Amino acid sequence: MKLKLKVWRQSNAQSAGKFEIYEAPDVSPDMSFLEMLDGVNERLTRDGGEPIAFDHDCREGICGACSLTINGVPHGPERGTTACQLHMRHFKDGDTIVIEPWRARPFPVVRDLVVDRGSFDRIIQAGGYVSANTGGVPDANAIPVGKESAEMAMDAAACIGCGACVAACPNASAMLFVAAKVSHLASLPQGQVERRRRVLNMVETMDKEGFGNCTNHYECMRACPKSIHVKFIAQMNREYLRAASA
Amino acid sequence: MSLDAKIPPGPLPEKWDKHKLSIKLINPANKRKYKIIVVGSGLAGASAAASLAELGYEVEVFCFQDSPRRAHSIAAQGGINAAKNYPNDGDSVERLFYDTIKGGDFRSREANVYRLAQISNAIIDQCVAQGVPFAREYGGYLANRSFGGAQVSRTFYARGQTGQQLLLGAYQALERQIELKRVKTFPRTEMLDLVVADGHARGIIIRDLVTGEIRSHAADAVVLATGGYSNVFYLSTNAKGCNATAIWRAYKRGAYFANPCYTQIHPTCIPVTGDHQSKLTLMSESLRNDGRIWVPKLPKDKRPPYEIPENERDYFLERKYPSYGNLAPRDIASRSAKEVCDAGRGVGPGGQGVYLDFAAAVERLGVEAIVERYSNLFEMYERITAEDPKKAPMRIYPAPHYTMGGLWVDYNLMGTIPGLFVLGEANFSDHGANRLGASALMQGLADGYFVLPMTIGGYLATIKPGQVKTDHTVFAQAQNQTRALTEKLLSIRGSRSVDSFHRELGRLMWNKCGMARSEASLKEALAEIPRLRASFWKDVKVPGSGQALNQSLEQAGRVADFLEFAELLCRDALDRRESCGGHFRVEHQTEEGEAKRDDANFCYVAAWQHAGDNKEPVLHKEPLEFEHVQLAQRSYK
Repeated sequence: MKLKLKVWRQSNAQSAGKFEIYEAPDVSPDMSFLEMLDGVNERLTRDGGEPIAFDHDCREGICGACSLTINGVPHGPERGTTACQLHMRHFKDGDTIVIEPWRARPFPVVRDLVVDRGSFDRIIQAGGYVSANTGGVPDANAIPVGKESAEMAMDAAACIGCGACVAACPNASAMLFVAAKVSHLASLPQGQVERRRRVLNMVETMDKEGFGNCTNHYECMRACPKSIHVKFIAQMNREYLRAASA
Repeated sequence: MSLDAKIPPGPLPEKWDKHKLSIKLINPANKRKYKIIVVGSGLAGASAAASLAELGYEVEVFCFQDSPRRAHSIAAQGGINAAKNYPNDGDSVERLFYDTIKGGDFRSREANVYRLAQISNAIIDQCVAQGVPFAREYGGYLANRSFGGAQVSRTFYARGQTGQQLLLGAYQALERQIELKRVKTFPRTEMLDLVVADGHARGIIIRDLVTGEIRSHAADAVVLATGGYSNVFYLSTNAKGCNATAIWRAYKRGAYFANPCYTQIHPTCIPVTGDHQSKLTLMSESLRNDGRIWVPKLPKDKRPPYEIPENERDYFLERKYPSYGNLAPRDIASRSAKEVCDAGRGVGPGGQGVYLDFAAAVERLGVEAIVERYSNLFEMYERITAEDPKKAPMRIYPAPHYTMGGLWVDYNLMGTIPGLFVLGEANFSDHGANRLGASALMQGLADGYFVLPMTIGGYLATIKPGQVKTDHTVFAQAQNQTRALTEKLLSIRGSRSVDSFHRELGRLMWNKCGMARSEASLKEALAEIPRLRASFWKDVKVPGSGQALNQSLEQAGRVADFLEFAELLCRDALDRRESCGGHFRVEHQTEEGEAKRDDANFCYVAAWQHAGDNKEPVLHKEPLEFEHVQLAQRSYK
């Protein structure tokens, strides 16, 4: 198929960016979205242009590096799918596709479609862990965890930290990301000791980094490539209220 | 230099404990005076960095990704082994040790592998304490499953995302140390050289991938945990960024490279669809627990799978290896798939595929049970191929996946350059010629959480902290060399993209040094690689500048290194005139087509020393001595 691309180009964080138009003349439906971009970059390189910078690594939907907003939707039109696993068979010959970086103040653009998501690391630093030094822990089966709690923890822990939730939210809220980690650890006995401190500190850092609040649009869940449920946001709000009022 | 593996004396089960007692300790108050650089933030790097910082050392961590959480360990699906024997099915440290030695086709060190099996249990304890959400039984205890090449259920797992969950555990431990100001991280930086002063590793040269700045970092020890080199084949299951640059440049500074020809081809990957293919996707081999692998008995059978009756199907693994069946180790399963495809019985486009069929398991357990077990893998398969594996069998084909070779290390995980430590897939130490499923995560975390934090103290106790600073002339020299290399890549302005060279190299390696290797094919490769390399340095086109984020430039450096490294890989493969594990030389096989080892002549680790550009590397041999196990032909029949 033949496609037209409108791609956001920006040389660095300081400069202003703009859209450029490119042709993608021989796209196979079996290509992934990133393989389609590889082809465009190959042509750009050959024709003396500069290839489009975009973050990617594992290309199997788990590393969370992909950060493309495709036709206004983070990771594109397919639900529960990262851009690297989105295949071109979901587009039609002759389509125009608009490709932008994540748009959110706490994710400044580094170049073209690459953004800086260091704010997510800093939120984890604020408490997204169990303080268990290496060694000196009990036998693994000394801490039984009910299957339901373990499944709930796993549902939340499936977050890949890509930031699509923030990019999808009109408030650039990171509530789904933070809630996923808070809920993962709050669901497990190992997470109880630091439960209150964790949620308070992570939420405080989230606010400090400039992420907005949740006003129940649920766009985050729609965009999340791992379909993390917004019920975890409700759980985090309960965790926060309990901790703040204690 | 003679190769001293520094294996502690005494009976095998006591070596590690005795060794720990013999290692000199550093006073807790003095630990903070020592600075350690860790390159790579996967399971090995992140767990090492966090554990070292917990002990009180000052740590700096470097990774090329935008966050340490994205390292490629994250993509491991199936699980992690440990000798817990929770299922009461007869597992033990001894059995895990033996399975690993045998699985590695008797080409690994007994002492290292025994230690790995001993430590395996503590890893599970540690990960559970961190809140890793492993699968559980209804009683709340940990669930286990069996995994490729094992007859006991010793694999712990977190749905199909075990690597991700273990990495997040290590990453979170690391982030905690960052908050405590004991670790500094440098994401989006790439190590481009190892700095050696007075014979000791004293730091690294890095390029800041955002600003392009080339910078020096000095330390008292350097730890490389930079993963494997499967991307030398271009198409592999590795992440696109995985590369051999850190270990290759350390090699060129004097670190020996061991067993580069030991590469693992994973049997269950989604087949190639066309020339646009940029990487291959692994389907966890846990699928082989319930999936049956088959091809039509007739060559060029074009009927759809459901129209082929049972008696016209060849379940070739079950037929050839009745006791292991579909769970035969990776090297054996891959080679068998290649065999049937070479015989014209492969399925799908180009005939490069075999079926992985869940119909029998669905009939036995119901479709819901199977979907619960493999939901994310089924979804992933359907997303990529637009086919539903609940309705038609999956098509799979082998793909490069893991590399057992790596920088040579002694029992303390120290390379041939004092002060240089190498962990995880980047070293060669524990898997011999073939790695068993669910053992990579085990080794990465064993090295990072439990081995290195002990052994590095033994080295640091022998040196004064802070002896070499970045104002030392060796840093300036190394920086200049790195800058010159970068400028050279940018100045060629030829006609071909970096990727086109990488693809060509990959095709060459896959065809001549892939699942089956011969003297003739390896000699051809050794003639072609230097030609391709010369053409790269004459005709590569790297657009853009060195003073900004430039992904073509990053990739150009990595491909330049692969173009050198590939030659060493082929040379090692040519030199090892036997078949063992993942290294299959067609001249050396049994009448039944199985790998034929030559223990009399090749029971050694091949450690290669760089002798200078365009000079033949020097081969050093570390003999492998087996006191505990009997060498036997691997049989899975």
